[in-house]
Amino acid sequence: MTTLTDQIALADTRSVARRQGPSRGGDAVFRGAAYASALLVLLVLAGILGSILYGGWPAFREFGFGFLTSSAWNIGTEQYGALVAVIGTLASALLALVIGVPISLGIAIYLTQLCPGWARKPVGMTIELLAAVPSIIYGMWGLFIFAPLFARFVQVPVSNLVEGMPVVGTLFYARVPSGVGILTAGIILAIMIVPFVASIARDMLDQIPTILRESAYGIGCTTWEVVRHVLIPQASVSIIGAIMLGLGRALGETMAVTFVIGNANRLSASIFDPGSTIASRIANEFNEADGMQLNALMALGCILFLITFIVLIIARLLTRRAKVA
Amino acid sequence: MDAANTLAAPPAGTVPPAKRPSRVRASRRTADRSLRIACTLATLLGAIVLGSILMMLIVEGVKGLSPTLLTQPTPGPGSEGGGIANAILGSLVMTVIGILIATPIGVMAGTYLAEYGRASKLADVIRFLNDILLSAPSILIGLFVYTLMVRPMGTYSGWAGAVALAIIATPVIVRTTEDMMRLVPGTLREAGAALGAPPSVVIRSVTWRAASAGIVTGIILALARIAGETAPLLFTALNNNSWFNANLMGGVANLPVMIYQFALSPYPNWQQLAWAGALLITVTILALSVIARVVIKPQRAR
Amino acid sequence: MKPFTYALALGLATAQLVLPASAADITGAGATFPFPVYSKWAETYRKETGNGLNYQSIGSGGGIKQIQAKTVDFGATDAPLKGPALEKDGLIQFPTVMGGVVTVVNIAGLEPGKLKLTGEIVADIYAGKITKWSDPKIAALNEGLKLPDATITPVYRSDASGTTNIFTTYLSQVSESWKKEYGAATTVSWPAGQGGKGNEGVTATVKQVPNAIGYVESAYAKQNKLSHTLIQNKAGKFPQPDDKSFQAAAASADWKAQPGFGISLTNQAGDAAWPITAATFILVHKDAADAAKSAEVLKFFNWAYKNGDAMASELDYVPLPDNVVAQIHEEWKQVKGKDGKPVLGSM
Repeated sequence: MTTLTDQIALADTRSVARRQGPSRGGDAVFRGAAYASALLVLLVLAGILGSILYGGWPAFREFGFGFLTSSAWNIGTEQYGALVAVIGTLASALLALVIGVPISLGIAIYLTQLCPGWARKPVGMTIELLAAVPSIIYGMWGLFIFAPLFARFVQVPVSNLVEGMPVVGTLFYARVPSGVGILTAGIILAIMIVPFVASIARDMLDQIPTILRESAYGIGCTTWEVVRHVLIPQASVSIIGAIMLGLGRALGETMAVTFVIGNANRLSASIFDPGSTIASRIANEFNEADGMQLNALMALGCILFLITFIVLIIARLLTRRAKVA
Repeated sequence: MDAANTLAAPPAGTVPPAKRPSRVRASRRTADRSLRIACTLATLLGAIVLGSILMMLIVEGVKGLSPTLLTQPTPGPGSEGGGIANAILGSLVMTVIGILIATPIGVMAGTYLAEYGRASKLADVIRFLNDILLSAPSILIGLFVYTLMVRPMGTYSGWAGAVALAIIATPVIVRTTEDMMRLVPGTLREAGAALGAPPSVVIRSVTWRAASAGIVTGIILALARIAGETAPLLFTALNNNSWFNANLMGGVANLPVMIYQFALSPYPNWQQLAWAGALLITVTILALSVIARVVIKPQRAR
Repeated sequence: MKPFTYALALGLATAQLVLPASAADITGAGATFPFPVYSKWAETYRKETGNGLNYQSIGSGGGIKQIQAKTVDFGATDAPLKGPALEKDGLIQFPTVMGGVVTVVNIAGLEPGKLKLTGEIVADIYAGKITKWSDPKIAALNEGLKLPDATITPVYRSDASGTTNIFTTYLSQVSESWKKEYGAATTVSWPAGQGGKGNEGVTATVKQVPNAIGYVESAYAKQNKLSHTLIQNKAGKFPQPDDKSFQAAAASADWKAQPGFGISLTNQAGDAAWPITAATFILVHKDAADAAKSAEVLKFFNWAYKNGDAMASELDYVPLPDNVVAQIHEEWKQVKGKDGKPVLGSM
């Protein structure tokens, strides 16, 4: 089946190319406004990238490639490295996706396929409201409500269970069961991206022509089969887009993470141990930073952009393959 | 949607499995049931988390509610009375200005990407930078606006705060606008064009209308995102522990920075105001979402 | 979409209408530590004189940067600037209030103010060298006190802060190895333990983790009823951390030793002096072009020195001794208007 986008593309080029008529002036103005807005977005974004690159440049010049591989972060001796923050950022965002995406898709499927009609609006609204909670509130909820429960009912029993075991004994062992750490940050981030991914995924599933679904049900498919073989392939491109939006939020999220990640500049093999992310380090130190420390923080900002860049390229490749298939 | 549900639901849900043993094999039924249970649990989990957060806000926030909360500016630590009226007003003004700046730019830029630019190199670059910016730590955006506006003007201002918020909101709006407009079937557009409508008219009265629910969702998401932003305001709008100037020059009070400062203070009256503010900001965004949904009847593209 | 936009526009218009106009306020920004007391003073000052002052905590580093960039009328910092830095930007610096940093612990059954520690022990705990509460060094100081054979979790401020600067300055003064390995800064590369964001984050973590130790501003420890420890001062005594011991530290200090009163109050001599005490400072421009604004700032702090002591004490800050305030008035004479006369006249 030809995808919708292809049809639109055809329609678009034709209508633009053959346009004639009295309202051409207004048409040009509208087109110009759209073009100008797009350019403005481009300019602002380029300006931000430029200013951060400019600020981070001295750190890159000073430490070279070693900035990426060093785990040092010492203000006294002016030694800075990005490794701990980069790993913390990737680990927490990855955990957030692993936890958050299945939940989001589950919610989207529930809302579009399973939920009784009268409950769709209120339930959908409830999930969307999770996006209305400011990130600082998530941070406080994570620190005051979630972390103590998590320490008591997850960290302590799990640590006792796996202590001494190979691999899992390191990965899931909490030296200090305080409830905060990389995994806690991942969980909070997962909760934060759920409304974004779920609401877009739901809209996507909704947009799929009803007739497709009806025909699948008509030949005796179960809900699972309709979801697996009809809906997901149809919406996959857009859903990957939604996941990327969630990943973007997870990578750059600042306040909530800062509250629950423990903010330690140490490498640890355990996901229960405290760590830090690029954004949390910037938030923690920016106000008091000066000189090379400020440059190093800006350089961290550059690396965050680079990570996002790579993630987006991967996403694009995935999306392209999905389109072909 | 409802039609689909009524069509789809009975065969799988209401008919007892025992009556149709041969039609659906056991493994298929198990897979189906697991999916249903998993999806329901996921939704329940989301609701429980929201409930828990609201519960925390209500339990802590209600203590801070007082008759003067909405009429008086923030008090000193340990002072009697006082409210958060200045912070509410400041937040309202800056968020509204921010969204008013971001909405036309975001929607138009999204329109460009979806309708005019489409596969061009420029559109690709913009789309890419836009996605990158979605994940930019907002503190860096605050810093950019600081360099752009606060330094040259020599003073903090609500305008700088609004611009910083607008920059954060724009990529969200661009992204959702483009996505939603792309989902509008080409046949609709062709029908418009066949009536002799120029592209701009087709976009405004066909594509936008068809995608309006999605675009509004995007704007609400953007609103929700910026309404609670602390970091970019710290460098741009600063804050104000009293009323601010009507021309928005100088520090402008706002809820997020107020919450941040007061919640981390050791003084009970400040902590209570912080919780009350947190409750208020969350409930407001909540109400906004509800109102937006009730007032604007979604007209989904078919 | 349209009605939504209209609703917002309407809201905006209403907001603009009811917005009370106010005279041009003094704006200041910087250190987090004095934020509550400056807010309190500003509130009372507005009520009594009708003049507004807006102070916001953005961090000491931010305060210094903003006053240099002249985006604020005064800056505030916990870590005083050195003489050359003051000269370069034409600034004068003076202290306003003092406070202390106390160590707090979460040990089951331990009463507040019972556990005795020395600066060196605290440094070793934070360096990860002393790892158990039953360590012989701690036991030797605390005969008769039952301490658990449990691992200590040191808790530190994850955000860069003046509190950390004061704390690590003290640790560097009392421990050579601390000075060599970690030094004093607003944030250091902590070898052990767990970070909490802000005083609140440290408090929550200490409360959460059994056998943890943390350091917070004294006002925080008091308001949260945390169990504080005693720390041996330079004279070998163990004073309680309170107004008296903070003031004792100020009394025994030589404020003239550094330009702009930029001395450190940590580890002061004097039997009653609390060892981790610090003052917080204000920065204003002294050149004639900015004199008018600076004069307003000085007027405010002059009012605060005269009327603000009780308010400061109530919030667990410690007012400066009178002789220091007299010296500050001398310093203020450097701020001269275009006519070459001090902007504040004689006081």
